[in-house]
Formats: sequence, structure tokens, C-alpha cells
Amino acid sequence: MDLDDTPEQAAYRVQVRSWLDEHKAEAPILQGPGAIEDEDQIIAARRAWQGKLAEGGLAGVTWPKEYGGQGLGPIEQVICNQEIGRAKVPGILDAIGVGMLGPTIIAHGAEEQKTRYLAALLHGDEVWCQLFSEPAAGSDLAAVQTRARQQDDGSWRLSGQKVWTTNAQFASYGLLLARTDADVPKHKGLTMFVVPMDGDGVTVRGLRQISGEAEFNEVFFDDVSLEEGAVVGGVGNGWGTALTTLMFERVTIGLGSEGMGYNSTRFAGAIAADEHARRDPEVRHQLGEISSELLAVRFTGYRTLTALQKGQIPGPEAGLAKVTIVSGAIKAGDLITDVIGPDALSEDSEWAYMISFLPGLKSAGGTEEILRNTIGERVLGLPPEPRLDKGIPFSELRSKEGAPA
Amino acid sequence: MNLALSDEQVFLREAARGALSRFKTLEAAREALDGDKDAMPDLWPTARDAGWPGLLIDEAHSGAGLDAFDAMLVLGECGRVLADIPLLGHLPATAILSDAPNASELLGDLATGERRAAYLPAQPPSELDERWSADPASGLARATLATATGGGEDGRVSVTGSFAFVPDAPGADVLVGVALLEGKPVGIAIDADAASVSVEAVSRYDSTRSLGHVSLDGASAMLLDAPEESLAAAWYLAQALIAAESLGSVETALDMSVAYAKERFTFGRAIGSYQAVKHSLTEVLRQLENGRSLLYYAGWARNGAPGEFPLAASAARSVGGRALDEAARTMISVHGGIGATWEHDAPLYFRRAQLSRRLLGGTAQATDRVAGELIAQASTG
Repeated sequence: MDLDDTPEQAAYRVQVRSWLDEHKAEAPILQGPGAIEDEDQIIAARRAWQGKLAEGGLAGVTWPKEYGGQGLGPIEQVICNQEIGRAKVPGILDAIGVGMLGPTIIAHGAEEQKTRYLAALLHGDEVWCQLFSEPAAGSDLAAVQTRARQQDDGSWRLSGQKVWTTNAQFASYGLLLARTDADVPKHKGLTMFVVPMDGDGVTVRGLRQISGEAEFNEVFFDDVSLEEGAVVGGVGNGWGTALTTLMFERVTIGLGSEGMGYNSTRFAGAIAADEHARRDPEVRHQLGEISSELLAVRFTGYRTLTALQKGQIPGPEAGLAKVTIVSGAIKAGDLITDVIGPDALSEDSEWAYMISFLPGLKSAGGTEEILRNTIGERVLGLPPEPRLDKGIPFSELRSKEGAPA
Repeated sequence: MNLALSDEQVFLREAARGALSRFKTLEAAREALDGDKDAMPDLWPTARDAGWPGLLIDEAHSGAGLDAFDAMLVLGECGRVLADIPLLGHLPATAILSDAPNASELLGDLATGERRAAYLPAQPPSELDERWSADPASGLARATLATATGGGEDGRVSVTGSFAFVPDAPGADVLVGVALLEGKPVGIAIDADAASVSVEAVSRYDSTRSLGHVSLDGASAMLLDAPEESLAAAWYLAQALIAAESLGSVETALDMSVAYAKERFTFGRAIGSYQAVKHSLTEVLRQLENGRSLLYYAGWARNGAPGEFPLAASAARSVGGRALDEAARTMISVHGGIGATWEHDAPLYFRRAQLSRRLLGGTAQATDRVAGELIAQASTG
């Protein structure tokens, strides 16, 4: 049992570190003196930096070499992330594209799709977004209503709405889950598409959250035309393709959870700064409970890495770490705000931002309730909740719900 | 990066499970609660056969030369079946003695289990309480640690003081711990049958846990040349071991609860299909997994990052203790009324949880220590 690099991993770390030493002066400055302020310039600079990282082999570490990656494992990805953090330079802009959507295309896409899209995605020339969730399909993702209808010439017409779409405002493409057949049970009538975000009929609108900032978007599709070749993974196979994306999402979250900034060191620092709070038994007790669990998640991450290193894929139990992080961070935000008082709620306060962001994060990637269902069933083997949608055509389900399909 | 169990560790765990499965520990626990003082099987011969007394003693002194994490695996197995094996007291004592070159001649018999040691728990200072302290016989205030007098020219001192609720003290041959000599913590080893040593066996609520009140009234003790860090580390080792033991009990409580939730039906459905039941069981799993991760942290930190061992072991204790509380209560509620009766094993786990939570400083002290360690880290940057 150890947390050390193997000689090969240590050599890789040196290689990454020396590349960063050589190139970090070229990285965009996003915070502190000299920081870029204009939103568009930030995006442009981060795209260019992603391109440099890709050229240096620091993006797409786990992608196969034939698609511009390094063909390495998850441990090397983590080493790379750690070194980027250590060098205090931004990481890649399109973490969703590189971490989840590109790998889905590698797994299910046609050769011409791989040739057309992957290199530009990896280098940040074309940013991607994930068009899965809808206002009425989140935890029950297979209930998506965005509808694609095939035309006589083989092309498709797409109408509907997606939501919670990160990066949609500057994305070139989206990977979209649509219903192509409403007359079969809901998991069977789905198809995955590549959607050009500049197409006629695509509207992106910022979705402001509790903090007042818009970190996500709503995306509307009004009779958007898609080529026949836009289908990824085959018509009617959308659910299986989506599961691949969600599996990569779990891996991405599992490898990057420390990076969310919800860690015991940061929270203890805020308490330590208050001479009274740091000696208050009740404050210390709460901090101790919260921190113990957050420390545990760090080592759960190492356990996940060990499993990945052995070629195992993290299971749904990794979702428990997300529950711990979010609930721990919510409690920490409450505690720190209690200690600081109303000043913690100033508009520019990091704590105001954090406590505003967390209630929504609780539902991101599946609500806590759904995660607990999934884990209860898949990990503990408990019997499933009786379902009323099994084997029933989607259109029939919708009419039961009192709405047209 | 490798946090997987080695083949040897898997074997150690499986062997422990196999050895303990030969005893009806839960039935014995119930009979002991009913007043049958001889009901509890003597598991020390089993421990000796398996080499557990010498887990933390090096091979040169007849031990197995293994590490804290290996000991935690064995304690986890004991916790699964509420086995009353005096390792919680013995192992931290052997850890101190292993760090004291002048105590090496004691190690051989302790490694084979020919003789048995018990650790006199002493909590290291913290920001809020700058003294070394002992567990009190009653109340919230920590007890003053025993004091040692005498020059130690002959390698011996005279120790006076009390230690309450010492795990596995009854029947131990050697008592090993910490006393204050001119205000400084020093390691001591005392023959339990020496004059001026009194060990009063006490039992509270959980028949599977042997405890003793130890009184020293000018008892002659060997002055150990173990470094102060080793004396503090013994406290944290005890925290990690009781955490591991607690999490073993959580495993059983969860397994039994899940099995029942699958087979018990109400309103035409297995109760495990109801979200209310399912979510309470996944909450136990969540706490169990967090605890397991912290056992890895503590197991790694003891040698890999000794400066973090107090944090790691205290965090494991904090999470492990709370997990057992949650698991025991969930086991009772999932089983419904029967879970709260003598007919079921759930009360045995509940009793274990209630007592464990209050031993070795208590879970709450460990939780405070986590905060203290992190605040100290933050202050020094």
C-alpha cells in the first residue's frame, strides 16, 4: 500500500513538469494582476492554451494515439492534472468534450466522424457541449422529449429544448440525445446526434442561477436540419451511447473531485482565521465532522484510481463520494457563514458564491435521491422501486401523464 | 499509487474470518448479558495460533513484523462478530515497547502471546487542552495523567494515578503507557501483579468488551526509552484500531439489514424497494465506505506520513464511530419491532456502538482532534 509513483509514473511526471516549466509563461492569466477581463478574450486565450497543451501531450492523455492522444492510463491523467495544478496554470477549457464527448465518439462514432471532429475538439479549435438533460428529463434521462424526425432524403429535423448546458454559448458542436421513435418503450426510441451549434433554429440562452451568474444555458431547437451522417452509434441506440458518456462522466468526476475546491484544508483555513471560532468546541466539532468525511473522499479517490489502474471501471458507488462532497460543502458553507456573519454573504464573497452554487450541484449528474436508488440497487442489491414505465411505448406514457408525445 | 490489499493481506483477513467463525460469539454475548460470567469463549489461544499478538512486533523478536493496517484488518474481523479478543489493549502496548530499545527483552513473550499487555490510554495535548490526560471514571472533564517520581537511575520510577475504562486490562500481565515525570511524558511498563497496582474489572452495557479501572499507588515501573512521538502515536493507533473494529461491526449490521430488507414484504413489496428504507441503507454504506477510505489513510500515514497520523487516525475514529451508531440504529429500525428485542442480534451491535463511542477519549474527542489538526495546519501554512 503506497501513494507513490512507480518509476514509470515518476518519469512521466518529470516529463509533464518540464513541459510546463518550459511553456507556462505562455498560459493565459485568469486571476490576479494582469488577468484578462473580457469574457470573449478569456475563452479565446483558453482555447489557444488548450491547443498548446494538446501539442505537448497534456490534453487527451487517455485518448488513443491514433486520435491525437497519448494512449496512457487514468493514473497518468491524474499526474497530468496534478502537475497542471502545481504549475498554477489553467487546465483545458473543454473538459467535457475531452473527458466525455470525444471518448463517446471514439467508442461509437463512424470513421468519418472521428476524422472530422476529434482533432479539432482535442486542440480546442471546436468546443463541444453535452445536450442530454431537459426540463422534464434529468434523473430520468430516458424521458427526453426533444424529437428528431427523419426526412425522405435521409436528413433529420430536430425540435425541442435542452438545459444545464455548460459552454453552449461558445460551443461549435453538441452531442444530443433525441427521441426518434415514440412508439416503442422509452429507452429504445432514442438516437444520439452531432448538432452544429451555429445551425438555423438553434438558440442558446444563459440560465442565471442563485448567484446571479449564468454558468449554464438553455438551448432551444426549432426545426433544425441535421445531415443523415449526424447520427452517432446508430438509430435507436441512443441509450447505450448515452451510457458510455455517463460512464466517462463518472471517471472524470472521480479523477477530478479534489479540483472542485471543496476540501478540508480550505474550510479549516476559514475557521482558523477567526480567533474565537477556532477555539469554540461546537464550531470545532462541526468542522471535525465535515472534514473527516471530506478527507475520506480524497482516499476514496485514491481507491478509485487503484481500481482504474487495475483496469476496473468505477461503479455507481463513486456516486456516494459526490453525495459526501456536496453535503459536506453545504454544511461547511453554513458553518463558515455562521462564523463570519453577513459579510460572508457579500456579493463578491467566495462563500456567498459557494453557498449559492451548492443547492443546484446537489442535483447535478443525477439527484441525490436517484444516486441513492442506483447505489441501493446496484451495489447493495436491494429490489428496485416498482416502475410504471417498463415496456410501455413512450407515446402511451406521455398520454398517461396528460401530455402529447 | 496502490491502495489495494496485497495477497498476504487478503489471506490475513480471510484466515481471521475463518478462525473466528468457529466460535458462536454472538450467542455467547447474549448469554453473558444474561449473567453467565463464563459464557464468553477465551479467544486468546486462537489469537496466539494466528500470530495476532505479535502483529506489530518485528520478526527479530518473534513477531510478524506487520503494520497498523494489517492489525486493522484483524480488528475489523473481530468487530464483524463482536469477538472479545484483547488486541485493542495489547497492540498499542506492543507498539510503544517496540519503540523502546530497553524493553526489547519483553517483546518475545508478548509476540507469542505467552504474556499479554494492556495499553493505559493517554491522550496527547491539544490546542484546547495542553495537558496529557487520561479517560475519567465519570464526567466530561479529562483526568490528570499519572505522575512518575524517582530519578530513574536504576531504570525504574514510581507511578501514581488512575486510568479508567482501560480496554483489556483485566488479566493483562504488563501495563504499558505514559506518565508525567517532572511534567514530561515518559513511557512506563508495569507488572500487573506488582504491589500497589490494582486492576478492577468493570463491565458496562456491552458484554463483549473487557474493561478495567487501573489504580497505581506508587507502583514500580520500568522507565521506557521510547520517544515522545511514539507515546502519542500509541493513542492514535488505538483510535485507528477501534475505528477498524467499529467498521467491521458496521459491515455485519449492514449485511444483516440488507438481507432482511430483501426478504421482508409489506403491502406486496420487499421493504428494500421502498426509498425510505433503501436510502437509509445507502447512508450506512456511504459512512462505511468513508470509514474504509480513512482506514487506508491511517494505515498509510503511520509510516508513510507520521505527521498526518493524528489527523488520519482521528478522522477514521470519528467516521467509524458515527458509522457504527448509524448502522446499529438503522439495523433496529429496518427490522422493525423485532430488532429492538432480545430475539435479535441487533441489540448486541447497538450495545457495542454505545460503549465504543465513549471509550478511548470518545468519538467526540477524536472529532475535535480532526478540527484541531487541520486548524493547526492552516495556521502554519
